[in-house]
Amino acid sequence: MFSTRNFNRSKPVLFILILFPSLLWAYQFVTGNLGVNPIEKLMDELGLMALRLIIITLMITTLSNIKPLKSIVVLRRMIGLFAFYYVCLHFSTYIVLDHFLDMKFIIQDIIKRPFITFGFISFLFLIPLASTSTNNMIKRLGFKLWKKIHYLIYLVAILASMHFYVLVRADKTEPVIYMGIIILLLLHRIFKKLTRPQLAQ
Amino acid sequence: MKILSSEITPYKTYLNRRKFIKSSLASALLATVSSSVFANHDSNSSVYNKYLNENDKLNSYEEITTYNNFYEFGTHKKHPHLNSGNFKPRPWSIKIDGLVKKPQTFDLEKILSNVTIEDRVYRLRCVEAWSMVIPWQGFQLSELIKMAEPLSSAKYVQFVTVFRPEEMPGQQKRTIIWPYREGLRMDEAMNPLTILATGLYGHEMPNQNGAPIRLVVPWKYGFKSIKSIVEIRFLDTQPETSWETLAPWEYGFYANVNPNVNHPRWSQGTERRIGEFKRRETLMFNGYEKEVAHLYKDLDLTKFY
Repeated sequence: MFSTRNFNRSKPVLFILILFPSLLWAYQFVTGNLGVNPIEKLMDELGLMALRLIIITLMITTLSNIKPLKSIVVLRRMIGLFAFYYVCLHFSTYIVLDHFLDMKFIIQDIIKRPFITFGFISFLFLIPLASTSTNNMIKRLGFKLWKKIHYLIYLVAILASMHFYVLVRADKTEPVIYMGIIILLLLHRIFKKLTRPQLAQ
Repeated sequence: MKILSSEITPYKTYLNRRKFIKSSLASALLATVSSSVFANHDSNSSVYNKYLNENDKLNSYEEITTYNNFYEFGTHKKHPHLNSGNFKPRPWSIKIDGLVKKPQTFDLEKILSNVTIEDRVYRLRCVEAWSMVIPWQGFQLSELIKMAEPLSSAKYVQFVTVFRPEEMPGQQKRTIIWPYREGLRMDEAMNPLTILATGLYGHEMPNQNGAPIRLVVPWKYGFKSIKSIVEIRFLDTQPETSWETLAPWEYGFYANVNPNVNHPRWSQGTERRIGEFKRRETLMFNGYEKEVAHLYKDLDLTKFY
């Protein structure tokens, strides 16, 4: 049995572990150690990290259904906010480094290219989630409304994985694995809701 | 196209760089087998910089050999460099068939003894909106076509990459339908810009760049420049090509570099030159408009992309 305290204690370590890659890539970028096409590499790494963190937040909810891991849910907010952090870095790399704030070009890119459209909408949906991720906001909105807003994470996850799927040219194994995990996690929630409606959150 | 030889890397510097690369351990190994290819090497510096713009700078050997799209060795850019060590580019032969006087198989050595290897520095523009400047060594495809003696009914040329899943780990997975196939219209194939390259930076062609012999068509997106060719077929109808078969709405048969024809994944208006920070404008036909635009004067390039 892991207590809430156990999980809370792991937070500082987890914080550093999840923050570390971004610092490393920033350092490698500045020192020219991010390979032959560093802007592309930076964007790919940041985006992949964000997608993985989004999936982890979904996993945490599922894991918290297992009795001994019930308290793991206290880690969810931090990881969710880190996902937003990586999405922001990913998006600003695209805007600033890749396209040098050429807004006309960027807007066209977002409209015309489905994979960028998916990614951009996913990013937009994350904003209300991130900005309501405080205890105070839960109180102000009421748990029920807050919960409704946070259902957006399902859309975010699906769009983000589609963003990745469409981007890949030929070998779609990795994006398909992520999509599969997301679908399984969603099915588990639907199943739970149907079989034990009183327990479903 | 303007040429200011003072503005681009002069041939001498290139030769020096070549010496430098040859002195490194890995390339010393390569250099031991390279003598045959350069038997007829013509090191004429005016040929070398004939096709460059004044703001083009050579990409480094490292850039050219560690950032590749060659799905036969894996789908990541670094995979060809990492996974091509077991590939054996010698001995090699090319099968010539289809609409020719006599179908036959040429040993690579025989082909090379009949041609003169030239330096050709070309811009390479990938459909993924990045580009490089690469000093190839090779010979005009037209020379091989003359050796092949195609019939007058031959209107297209198809190329096929070698299929060796035991040496090319990417082929063990069905990412695309193997073997890789590409094609050109006969007049494109005969154009003097179109070469079969056998080396780069004065080396034998590295495995990850398409050893021992590959096509280079500088006014088309990189995927047209098929690598490690084992078969050339002459046809009277437009051949199927790998990327077009996989996603015809994205990749056409012609695949001419064209900033005005959009691609669903990448804007083709700009590109990142590897090694540069800011994007640059993509040029019509990758800057070879003067040499090739006449080939397409009756073609709707938005329809035949």
